[in-house]
Amino acid sequence: MKRSQFWDHTILVLGALFMLVPVVYALMTSSHDAVSIYKEGLQLSPGGHFVDTYKQVLTEAGGFTKSVTGLTMLWNSLVLGLGFAFGKIIISMLAAYAIVYFRFPLGTFFFWIIFSTLLLPLEVRILPSYEIVQGLGMANTYSGLIIPLIASATGTFYFRQFFKSVPDELVEAARIDGAGPLKFFIDILVPLSKTMIAAIFIIMFVFGWNQYLWPTLITTDESLFTLVRGMKQILQVWIGAQIPDTNQAMALAVLAMLPPVLIVVIFQSWFVKGLVESEK
Amino acid sequence: MAGIQLNTLRKIYAGNVEAVKGISIDIKDGEFIVLVGPSGCGKSTLLRMVAGLETITDGELFIGDRLVNNVEPADRDIAMVFQNYALYPHMTVYNNLAYGLKNRSIPKDEIEKRVRKAAEILEIGDFLDRRPRQLSGGQRQRVAMGRAIVREPAAFLFDEPLSNLDAKLRVQMRMEIKKLQKELGTTSLYVTHDQLEAMTLADRLVVLSGGVVEQIGSPIDVYEKPASTFVATFIGSPAMNLLPLAKSGNEWKLDNGATVDVKLNTDLSDLILGVRPEDLVIEELSEKFDTGLHTALTVHVVEPVGAESYVHGTIGEGSVDVVVRAPGKLHFEPGQILKVTAKPEKLHTFDTKSGKRIELEGALETA
Repeated sequence: MKRSQFWDHTILVLGALFMLVPVVYALMTSSHDAVSIYKEGLQLSPGGHFVDTYKQVLTEAGGFTKSVTGLTMLWNSLVLGLGFAFGKIIISMLAAYAIVYFRFPLGTFFFWIIFSTLLLPLEVRILPSYEIVQGLGMANTYSGLIIPLIASATGTFYFRQFFKSVPDELVEAARIDGAGPLKFFIDILVPLSKTMIAAIFIIMFVFGWNQYLWPTLITTDESLFTLVRGMKQILQVWIGAQIPDTNQAMALAVLAMLPPVLIVVIFQSWFVKGLVESEK
Repeated sequence: MAGIQLNTLRKIYAGNVEAVKGISIDIKDGEFIVLVGPSGCGKSTLLRMVAGLETITDGELFIGDRLVNNVEPADRDIAMVFQNYALYPHMTVYNNLAYGLKNRSIPKDEIEKRVRKAAEILEIGDFLDRRPRQLSGGQRQRVAMGRAIVREPAAFLFDEPLSNLDAKLRVQMRMEIKKLQKELGTTSLYVTHDQLEAMTLADRLVVLSGGVVEQIGSPIDVYEKPASTFVATFIGSPAMNLLPLAKSGNEWKLDNGATVDVKLNTDLSDLILGVRPEDLVIEELSEKFDTGLHTALTVHVVEPVGAESYVHGTIGEGSVDVVVRAPGKLHFEPGQILKVTAKPEKLHTFDTKSGKRIELEGALETA
């Protein structure tokens, strides 16, 4: 008993260290100045430039055009993450609602079409998608950043399964109570899906926040850069004999990690609830 | 308040399955009608057609004097109580009751008044702020009824509302529903597969089988004069005993040779004789009737149920199980032979082929 507990904990501790050390590296390195990092490599001990570096990253304009600060990038990431998550939830709830509650020709067929797009990630269709968004003049806009990504097979599938588990009698009771399709959706289905929505929101927010490929393609205007996108830019800036601002890149990485972590920590009870139980 | 008229209603599902085969019922204003039958007899489908949850393939449905075949459920002026209560889980009891009224844009103070009144009638006033999941089965059932009451509809539709409750609560709620319906005087259509529930609740029973009406009548009528062997065995527990009866010369005989004294004006050479378990009397325990049925019964098993005993046995060579319902605690050995008898007016006769009731001569006087 004691012995197995010891080993259990050893494995757990090792696992946790394995996951956490890179984060600690990033955090500690970000508190040194660029020169010492360049000379001595990544750091595991705290340096003296913590406040300086973060202040600089957040407020001083960087990049080629000097038009983007860390705060702007945080804001852009937030817009992308929230727009992405809410957009996906709204679109997939509506799609699932149509598929489950309305009999229209080829309904099942369309569901499977949507479902099969799960097999086709963004990368596969990235060039045609870019062409279309560019052609619509949506490049370098928030809407161009968000809208092409909000169709969600995963979300539609989850909501479809959830709606299917809502008893038919509830729909019938609502019909007798005089609730039309829209009223039923808003008054009954949306409140019932609360925990489900929360769970999907967390997944989708983190997923949207971490988007890299699409923002890289669609935003060339630096003021629209997201954190994940901007980080790379910093390491790529080589002007003359300047050394890369690794400390700033690390600081941005730590900043980029914070909001998703916060969201998961704050909503985790909802998240678990949404996945394991349904209030019906 | 209104009556409901069903004129040869039919329901054909995709795949040409005919669930309801032309049913006509004339429900009077304020009447409590119970649709009863085994599963798959079409009773729930019929109720859902009245509610508007199933489309009507053919026939006419009137609520009051309005043809409502193509009217939305919400506009039919009915309220329904579901088997699983179908309460909105995220709403408080108050909002559950009020939701239908809000959708009809009834003024707030009127809603409040009606909800309070219904809550008072059903004694759920203390739970108005709770969610359905915080309530017991019986309380949920009351809320479901409350939701129907606040609407003040022309008719209540009940779809097996008591089958999710335990036996004791079911009996209690059954009485309450009956009492409530009498107080409110609202026309009610109630579906159940439980014949006891049907008997105790109904002003008139509608016995359904295979999508057709077997019999419509008051519970006592249906019990005393079942229109067919189906009704005879479905209503009443234990079920009515059915024995083959054959004509031999001028007499009707059971297959063990016992003569049955029935007066019948028929050309048929064989019949089915029906006699309820409580109408069969063990001669050793009571007086002997001069006419009617006298035969020997070979005892198989005695089931004591407290106040009375069910004696199972067979008559003659036949393997038909016969049940005698006798008062008191009885003890008989298996294989023991008893003499059983029944009064002539307690005998029922049915056509062997169609199962339809054949009225005995002189039946009118005893009816």
